[in-house]
Amino acid sequence: MKFPDVILQTAAKILVFIIMIYSIYILFAGHNNPGGGFIGGLITASAIMLLYLAFDVETVGEIIPLDFKVIGAVGVMLALLTGFGAVLFGVPFLTQVYQYVNLPLLGKTGLGTAFVFDLGVYLAVVGTTVTIIRSISEDL
Amino acid sequence: MEQIIEVVFAILILLGAVIAVISVFGLIRLPDVYLRSHAATKSATLGVLLILLGAFFYTWFVHDFFSIKLLLGILFVFITSPVAGHLNARAAYRSGVALWKGSVRDDFREAIKQERQQEIEEIKKQLKN
Repeated sequence: MKFPDVILQTAAKILVFIIMIYSIYILFAGHNNPGGGFIGGLITASAIMLLYLAFDVETVGEIIPLDFKVIGAVGVMLALLTGFGAVLFGVPFLTQVYQYVNLPLLGKTGLGTAFVFDLGVYLAVVGTTVTIIRSISEDL
Repeated sequence: MEQIIEVVFAILILLGAVIAVISVFGLIRLPDVYLRSHAATKSATLGVLLILLGAFFYTWFVHDFFSIKLLLGILFVFITSPVAGHLNARAAYRSGVALWKGSVRDDFREAIKQERQQEIEEIKKQLKN
């Protein structure tokens, strides 16, 4: 059953951009400010939920042609591989490095391996949340 | 000079709080879903916008911190709150909540009647086929 509400759809088209940008900001701000992978993933999942509310399941499937189960698995795999990357250098599992680097465009930037772990958490949270809500809402 | 600026921002925040209280009075006093939604949507939005604007100017001029997050929050509330009010009222009307007794005219009922009749005719056609 279609629910063609033009006002909701137009607002959703603008709002999804704002929510997505804010979730990416939250993901990157996690080291020094409140934020991180978990709430960043939840905010991204809420943006996708807004798309599901405003449009069909089929339309959103065409916009984002991804299997969210795979995304969750990739996130967990990424977090695991970050831990094993530390083992390769002869230090304990999940040891993290943080140092300042002079990048050409961004200037002095703090790069840490904890961010890759956070990215894994982010992907796992997005995949799990969207999969749960989709599997509740669909008739199997 | 700085104290005058602080007082201006304090008045801005106080005005926002007063408008929010007025919207709550509207929520209690008004008789029907649509009138209550009218009170809740508009004046609550303006109250939140004024409070956020006061906080934004305060952090900008007094603490010298330009908060993009507050600006984004102002824009976000300004877009979402009217849409939420529209969806509330629309869902209430579509599920058959009656208007207030003193209402004079209702043009949307005719449109919904036509839409329902079209749907019924389409279902009849499908049944014949």
